[in-house]
Amino acid sequence: MNANVNFRVVKSKILQGVIIFFAFLVTVPLIAIIIYIFKKGISKINWTFLTHVPKPVGEIGGGIANALLGSMLIVLVASIIAIPIGIFCGIYLSENKGGKLSYWSRLAVDVLQGVPSIVIGIVVYFWIVKPIGTFSAISGSIALAIMMLPIIIRTTEETLKLLPNSLKEAAIALAIPYHRVILKVILPCGISGILSGIILSIARIAGETAPLLFTAFGNPYLNTNMSKPMQSLPLLIFNYATSPYDDWHDLAWGAALILLFTVLLLNVITKLTTKKWNVQL
Amino acid sequence: MEIGSITIKKSYDKKIGTEVLFKKTLIIIALIMVVLVLGIMLTLIVQSIPSMKSLGIKYLWGKTWDPVNNVYGAYPFLLGTLLTSFIALIISIPFSFAIAIYLGEYNPKGWLSNLLKNLVELIAAVPSVIYGFWGLLVLVPLVRTFEVKFNILPYGIGIFTSSIILAIMIIPYAASMGRELIKMVPANLKEGAYSLGATRYEVIKSVILPYTKSGLFAGVLLSLGRALGETMAVTMVIGNTTVIPTNIFAPGNTMASVIANEFTEADHTLYLSALIELGLFLFCVTVMINVVGKGLISRFTNK
Repeated sequence: MNANVNFRVVKSKILQGVIIFFAFLVTVPLIAIIIYIFKKGISKINWTFLTHVPKPVGEIGGGIANALLGSMLIVLVASIIAIPIGIFCGIYLSENKGGKLSYWSRLAVDVLQGVPSIVIGIVVYFWIVKPIGTFSAISGSIALAIMMLPIIIRTTEETLKLLPNSLKEAAIALAIPYHRVILKVILPCGISGILSGIILSIARIAGETAPLLFTAFGNPYLNTNMSKPMQSLPLLIFNYATSPYDDWHDLAWGAALILLFTVLLLNVITKLTTKKWNVQL
Repeated sequence: MEIGSITIKKSYDKKIGTEVLFKKTLIIIALIMVVLVLGIMLTLIVQSIPSMKSLGIKYLWGKTWDPVNNVYGAYPFLLGTLLTSFIALIISIPFSFAIAIYLGEYNPKGWLSNLLKNLVELIAAVPSVIYGFWGLLVLVPLVRTFEVKFNILPYGIGIFTSSIILAIMIIPYAASMGRELIKMVPANLKEGAYSLGATRYEVIKSVILPYTKSGLFAGVLLSLGRALGETMAVTMVIGNTTVIPTNIFAPGNTMASVIANEFTEADHTLYLSALIELGLFLFCVTVMINVVGKGLISRFTNK
């Protein structure tokens, strides 16, 4: 009897040990990746690296200015497209909880969130690139904007749902028109939750490569024209990492370090701002 | 007086006008989302019609993919996708369940569990191209030395390596879902079991896991959806060959990575269309998995 109880207690303790071991083992690859990329990348980053375009193979030096600028422009334009649509759709969904349109719209958002990024690349290729006849940065921005939408919509909806109804009722009781209630009362109250959703969505798309393969395509030269192909950090990492040249690997390591830390920083900022809201992202 | 009331009425009308306009804008934007998804679906269907017409249903189990001779069969890629995803799922499940149980039951509060929770969420944040790069230059040599030791053809790249990378990438999805659900198990159920003399292991096995079963399954489904559609990391380490993989250490190809590799090279309609049909297939499968997974979870959280 006593031995049986002992056995059960020991079994329980062993399981606890195994679970704790497995749970913490997961962090090993993450930390290994961060340290490895930091070690490989930090020595490559200097002023020339940030301000010059890549040199042909064999020549020493060169940098990733084209990819840095390209990434910033593509993400900026994607945000300009996605943020207003995302916020307004989020408002609609939080204001109309029942109803046919909100059901279908919510389902569409769910579906969109699960669509593989490469499929979005294909579709935008047929919507923008093929009719225009050339790869372009703007088509890359549109592909990324489609990927941002579900995250912004979800966070806006969830944040606005958390606001007390009395807030809106008080504003309506003062005979303030509906659009001003939403834009001047409800939105400002939820702004920090919505902002963290926006930052999170930027963090998600900043590292996306697949949708850019057939849209922004990449470009070895500096380019600020949105209707032309444009380089971006993830595209540069993909192209140079799979190349056989060590010079190009070096560029890719530096770019990977910059991309990784930007994305992690954006995520940490999101964590700090969502603490207040307790929104499930 | 009259003039005054007219201006009031005018400004009132204007206000009503903007209000109506605002409401209409909201409705239009909500409609845009529906149109967007339908548009994606239609585009994929329309563009894959040439391939459906000339290749038919046989396309799915055709074993050769030879664009030069216009022979297309999706079987190598279907097999590659299924193999990588399921091996990744099998590797990831013990880890994600361990995290879910640890954070949901053993240690739900405190700095240590917060740290682990945030680290696990950061795993999902790392861009996939970085996983691919790291996998190519660190994991591939590791796997190669392992293969040399066990007398397997030392490719390094291949199905197995991709599965490991995928497993790391999808752990956070099932883990965070599981944590939420395990936290929701009513305390009185657990207390009842403890009061009957159950150990912690027995509580987990016979109260927590059965209670959260459908939700945990949904979390695993969502991870599977991620694994099926993942492109870049897999493309970089799988080897990209159109030959059917003979064992799990051989190089192969997945649906997503063959699209990534060959889409811009596809120079005739049938070739392009065959690739898009792969995309359509991928789209349908991931959408189904996501809708079922989300449905299970919302049923669970509403009960």
